[in-house]
Amino acid sequence: MHGSHTTGSPYAPHTDDETAAMLEAVGVESVEDLFDIPEDVHFDGEFDIDARTERETRQLVGSVLERNDELTELLGRGHYGYYIPSLVDHLADRSEFLTSYTQYQPEVSQGFLQALFEYQSLLVELTGLGVANCSMYDAATALGEAATLADRTRKTSGHRVLVPDILRTGRRSTLENYVAGTDLEIEPYATAESTVDVPALESQLDEDVVMVYAENPTVRGAIEGRLAEIGERAADADALFVLGSDPVALSLLQKPSDVGADVVVGDASVLGLPTSYGMGLGLFATDERFLRQVPGRLVGASEDATERRAFTLTLQTREQHIRRERATSNICTNQAWVALRSAIHAATLGPSGLVELAARDVTRAETLADRVDALVGVKAPVDDRRHIREFVARIDQPARPIADDLEDRGFAVHVVGEHEIQLCVAGVDDETLEEFVDAFAEVVR
Amino acid sequence: MSDDRSESGNENENGNENGHDQARWTTNGQYEPLLSEKNQTRVEIGTDVDSPLPDDLTRDDLELPDLSEPELARHYTRLSQMIYGIDSGPYPLGSCTMKYNPKFTEDVAALPSAAVHPDRSPESVQGTLEVLARLQDYLGRIGGMDAVTLQPPAGAAGEFVGIRVAAAYHEHNGEGHRYEVIIPESAHGTNFATAALGGYDVVSLPSDDAGRVDLEALDAALSEDTAALMLTNPNTLGLFERDITEIAGMVHDVGGLLYYDGANLNALLGRARPGDMGFDVMHYNVHKTFATPHGGGGPGAGPVGVVEDLAPFLPAPRVRAVDGDGDATPAEYELFDPEHTIGRVHGYQGNWLVLVKAFAYIARLGDEGLTDASAKAVLNANYLASQVDYEVPYGPFHHEFVASAGEQDAADVAKRMLDYGVHPPTTKWPEIVSEALMTEPTEVESKSTLDTLAGAFNAVASEDDEILESAPERTAARRIDQTSAARNPRLSWHALSTTDGEGDGEREE
Repeated sequence: MHGSHTTGSPYAPHTDDETAAMLEAVGVESVEDLFDIPEDVHFDGEFDIDARTERETRQLVGSVLERNDELTELLGRGHYGYYIPSLVDHLADRSEFLTSYTQYQPEVSQGFLQALFEYQSLLVELTGLGVANCSMYDAATALGEAATLADRTRKTSGHRVLVPDILRTGRRSTLENYVAGTDLEIEPYATAESTVDVPALESQLDEDVVMVYAENPTVRGAIEGRLAEIGERAADADALFVLGSDPVALSLLQKPSDVGADVVVGDASVLGLPTSYGMGLGLFATDERFLRQVPGRLVGASEDATERRAFTLTLQTREQHIRRERATSNICTNQAWVALRSAIHAATLGPSGLVELAARDVTRAETLADRVDALVGVKAPVDDRRHIREFVARIDQPARPIADDLEDRGFAVHVVGEHEIQLCVAGVDDETLEEFVDAFAEVVR
Repeated sequence: MSDDRSESGNENENGNENGHDQARWTTNGQYEPLLSEKNQTRVEIGTDVDSPLPDDLTRDDLELPDLSEPELARHYTRLSQMIYGIDSGPYPLGSCTMKYNPKFTEDVAALPSAAVHPDRSPESVQGTLEVLARLQDYLGRIGGMDAVTLQPPAGAAGEFVGIRVAAAYHEHNGEGHRYEVIIPESAHGTNFATAALGGYDVVSLPSDDAGRVDLEALDAALSEDTAALMLTNPNTLGLFERDITEIAGMVHDVGGLLYYDGANLNALLGRARPGDMGFDVMHYNVHKTFATPHGGGGPGAGPVGVVEDLAPFLPAPRVRAVDGDGDATPAEYELFDPEHTIGRVHGYQGNWLVLVKAFAYIARLGDEGLTDASAKAVLNANYLASQVDYEVPYGPFHHEFVASAGEQDAADVAKRMLDYGVHPPTTKWPEIVSEALMTEPTEVESKSTLDTLAGAFNAVASEDDEILESAPERTAARRIDQTSAARNPRLSWHALSTTDGEGDGEREE
């Protein structure tokens, strides 16, 4: 057992004798003598926060979190609860990964740098674009960063950013904040069947547009069929084509580089994280011609003094700690550990596992749509499109009370319109989906 | 590699009997191969794997590493062995507050009840909302702030909220013309970048001879164009800005707001609060002050606290308690949008799994633990500085000090310290100290660890440039060439196969 101190931080190892010896070495009587805080701003009060033992603290947090209802979540719309293999937790929780800092001393951080290099490579393969950074915070902030990149690299004097009218509030609002310091304006374009209404988009597209944003799949789970046309139209207008997606969808759906995407953003934590109340992993990949405009950290290969290949953070002159107000972004702390988790998860699946997961997401979502469509008073999917993971169902009755009834039966679903609910199959097993269909049949009866 | 080590092993040559030889895996003369080099498969979609979709909606193929679980376990275990973390040894990176991350906080974040979707109804996630509400309350008390948002996912994102809130506040008051943000030269780079992202012109403020804010320069910089002054206190030299009350008065007199960068809050817990010093808005770095793991660069969390006048501008949604009457009836919690909210700065509610760890840390330490953490952090910095041979030009410092490597190159000093089994300090910054060694041991190091750390500093201080320049030699990789990494960027394994000279067969231009 350690220590002869009974109060104070449990993680400060000082015994009273050691503290005394250290104070003597410094040449002061007490620790308080080391604080140079003027009297008028000295805090003499208390926070009134009780200290607890580790056991008590675990009980506290556990009992508070128990107030969360145990529900089966048929929820998605950008945040998914796929099954996370045990290997991910056990490897990512190795304390060298968890407790190290940004790799400013690469010689002693090779393992993390290599893992991040592999993560970047995974995204390069999935997107077909030449450069991926080693993370932003989430999909919304990655989208914001894409817009500031469009601002910095624009070829015209344009200032309009076109986004789908069904874009999630969180993404739209975050984007608005990111461009608040520029002259860019966010403008919605119409969607049809929850996908880009290409003629409507075309009517808004001119050289005053600097960026066109689309998502595949869309927030309502629909798969875009005309991405290449959108890419062409955007290129014709000298606008950046930014595509939102995620690693699971990208494993099966069209490769962004094949449809003319200049930037891909999204949430890569669909792999690696369970549902975590929205915590994410911002995916950011772009074409090599924007290499020096990329926000965030990049890991590159180099050689060490023995001429062996070694990894290091590189092109740091883009970043805030070097370039300050002329940096490509203000980001410093990112989501590196989540990127590690995502990379490990992807590796456990391998290429066939990833494609199969995405393919099952298509089949299972469409099967569930068929099942609920068979119920009286329900039409699914609402959108005449192919779907992955999720879809919107129209119900004759008001959606909110139906969702509440489902919640009473243990299922959480999205309410996305007065008579619309959205259902997602990601992470939900087939047996549970059967139970859901039964419960749904009861509540719409 | 073993031959290199025995030839120049510093145990013999340089009298270094401390330190550690980091694991170094090599295969065929290269360090640990990439996953893609171990085994990679290309699958044709629709051929190798059935596709439920027509060809025009899918990609053609996907080529990725294809390894078994045992092989992956070994791969990532080896990688982890080639990383130095806070559990490996002291990590006195100035400004980063690399303190021990209590293991139990991982367990509470891993509770199945913590894994909830952000679109759940508020009624069904009362536990999550309660944790958030109670953490907001804790942080408000610790910082002396009236309202707190937990949405910003990192310190820089917190700064951005602060800047956007300031802009909205000024706009609301008909003062939207204010276009300048004043920042001391020695501030964190994020401050400058954040102000620029918010569309502000940055006015850089020189330090005075004592290393603090130069009041005359501040007076000259302030005007009716000033939106805010961003300040770190104690500053990056570890010095408390003794004139903070006067500074706050000067900023407020011209109608500006005072922003507190919380990176150095670990120095002040229980002894001074930004709210009492006159700060209007602040961010907390929970991955620094409240011990959540840095995870190789993130995730962190950067909650923002504000005074009452700014609360209506905070990001939406916020969490609040309703209907509670103390202990008798547990409160219910709800989400709401502040009246003049700036909107969102994150798709959802930030880094929840980090926030729950911070809540657990604060609940574990309580008043006594938090106050003691600062006491020991400041004691440790002062004790370590007293044992180090390098000169520390500015004081009195608190939780960190900036020593000067003098005639030595600080970056080389850092590389050499790696050979002594410790992580080096932050180097070459702040620039006010030449060849800066910015050192923050935190409260978690014992006297004997600090003695070891001081021993490493002092051993390197007495070594010649030749030894320094050839360091490190005991790490997984030797000194890495930064110039060629930047000149010839190879940022994925795809780039390696097209530009590597050695026997990779096909080359593309």
